[in-house]
Amino acid sequence: MLAVTASVLTAQPPPDAPPLVELQGVHKTFQNGTVALENLNLRVGEHEFVSLLGPSGCGKSTALRIIARLSGVTAGRMVWAGGVAVGDIGFVFQEPTLMPWATVFDNVYLPLRLQHVPKRRVEGQVFEALDLVGLRDFWQAYPRELSGGMKMRVSIARALVTEPKVLLMDEPFAALDEITRFKLNNDLLNLWQQRRFTVVFVTHSVYESVYLSERILVMAARPGRIVGEIDVAAAYPRAEAFRTSEAYNHWCREASAELHRAMGDA
Amino acid sequence: MSSVIEPVALQDVALAQSHERRERLERMVGWLAPLVIGVLAVATWEAIVWVNQVPHYILPAPSRVFVTLFQDWGTLSASLLVTLQITFMALAVAIVGGVGLAVLFSLSKWVELSLFPFAVVLQVTPIVAIAPLILIYVDNTYGALLICAWIVAFFPILSNTTLGLNSADHNLQNLFQLYGANRWQTLRFLKLPAAMPYFLGGLKIAGGLALIGAIVAEFAAGSAGAGSGLAYRILEAGYRLNIPRMFAALILISTAGIAIFLAFSLLAHLLLRHWHESAIKRES
Repeated sequence: MLAVTASVLTAQPPPDAPPLVELQGVHKTFQNGTVALENLNLRVGEHEFVSLLGPSGCGKSTALRIIARLSGVTAGRMVWAGGVAVGDIGFVFQEPTLMPWATVFDNVYLPLRLQHVPKRRVEGQVFEALDLVGLRDFWQAYPRELSGGMKMRVSIARALVTEPKVLLMDEPFAALDEITRFKLNNDLLNLWQQRRFTVVFVTHSVYESVYLSERILVMAARPGRIVGEIDVAAAYPRAEAFRTSEAYNHWCREASAELHRAMGDA
Repeated sequence: MSSVIEPVALQDVALAQSHERRERLERMVGWLAPLVIGVLAVATWEAIVWVNQVPHYILPAPSRVFVTLFQDWGTLSASLLVTLQITFMALAVAIVGGVGLAVLFSLSKWVELSLFPFAVVLQVTPIVAIAPLILIYVDNTYGALLICAWIVAFFPILSNTTLGLNSADHNLQNLFQLYGANRWQTLRFLKLPAAMPYFLGGLKIAGGLALIGAIVAEFAAGSAGAGSGLAYRILEAGYRLNIPRMFAALILISTAGIAIFLAFSLLAHLLLRHWHESAIKRES
């Protein structure tokens, strides 16, 4: 009964944030008949940091792919309040997804190259993106010469080089060790506060979602839907001290409970 | 504490040194062992011929083969050039055709489904069996030889490049889609680079096969051919019972095959050394 009422819950951004993108009653059925998403309603506001938290198979990645327009919807609609163009969306995959045959510079240059911008004109822009992730000195390196964390930084620089309105991240730090993950969490928050882009962050980690986001949307599987929403009302900048604070524990407990409810064992 | 650490450190140094020594030794053995075996085999051959006084029209001594190689260098090198010319022209056509068709396959599933079976038919039919037919229907012998060499060199390039073009990382393909890349850009910046290691693997096979195809076709053409390739020299020398020259020509063919393989291996190494696992030394 809970699931039924919860599935029509609309995830709202805080009232002060103008909407950026909205999914309205989105259904997604794969060709093999799997219902990936059912009546998904979500609104992401400008400059928001939203996490989609859920067990594997709950369709959170599918929702992200739909927002990125990499995947269509079976029913329902997606509305971009101010329209959307190529370069407005940056995407970071779970794997760094770099071209192994290209240098760090050429990997970050790729989005601009695909828009037919000559290299000479955007050299500064590419180096600026590399500066954001602290990898300017590695511009000539090949991906295989970099550590896992550095590769992920290159991937983030590539996503930011077009100065996108929204950064979509699909469990970007899940394959990294914890120390590197914490470091990248902090770097991402700094970048977000500096550049004020919107972030939609998919994760299965309660702790990561609480540490990073303003708002957590909890999803349940089979069929994928949003069943809960948590506003993490902790101020930014958040730093390592936040990880050990009582407030952090409080939100983690909250999010865990919501996740367990979503998985049907509470 | 320090008394515990010290011996361990010393042991480590000794271990590293012995490891290095072992590696050097292995490298040396890698060169020396085949060399020794080869020299021994040739020496034994030489000895058997001398001791048993085998006539050279039955089994020539290696020394005699090498002398013939130098004496007949004029004729043989000219023939080698002809064979190599056919080999490389066939290979060039195979590369252009194979890569071109593979690109077409990657652009259209329909083209792939309709044409690939015929490429397989071409591959599995023994070249010795169709060479005489090709020689009948193609007036120009040189052209016929070219076609035969092309047939055997074509398939490895087509099949490997097709596999390579299809093996581009799916998330990278998504990324290209996200940034609105057109087909040409996806091909140029994603699929062709991703296919490179596969193509180069195919090229290594195709290089040797093109040479074999050229030789086989020359044999099929026989004395009727415009006949100045190495296979023709072998046939000709056979009729004249000039066995040393047959061996000399054989040495040239093998050497050419090895050189082609090494050249393409070097090319592959140079092109892939920055990024592909196959060209990178594994750290132990």
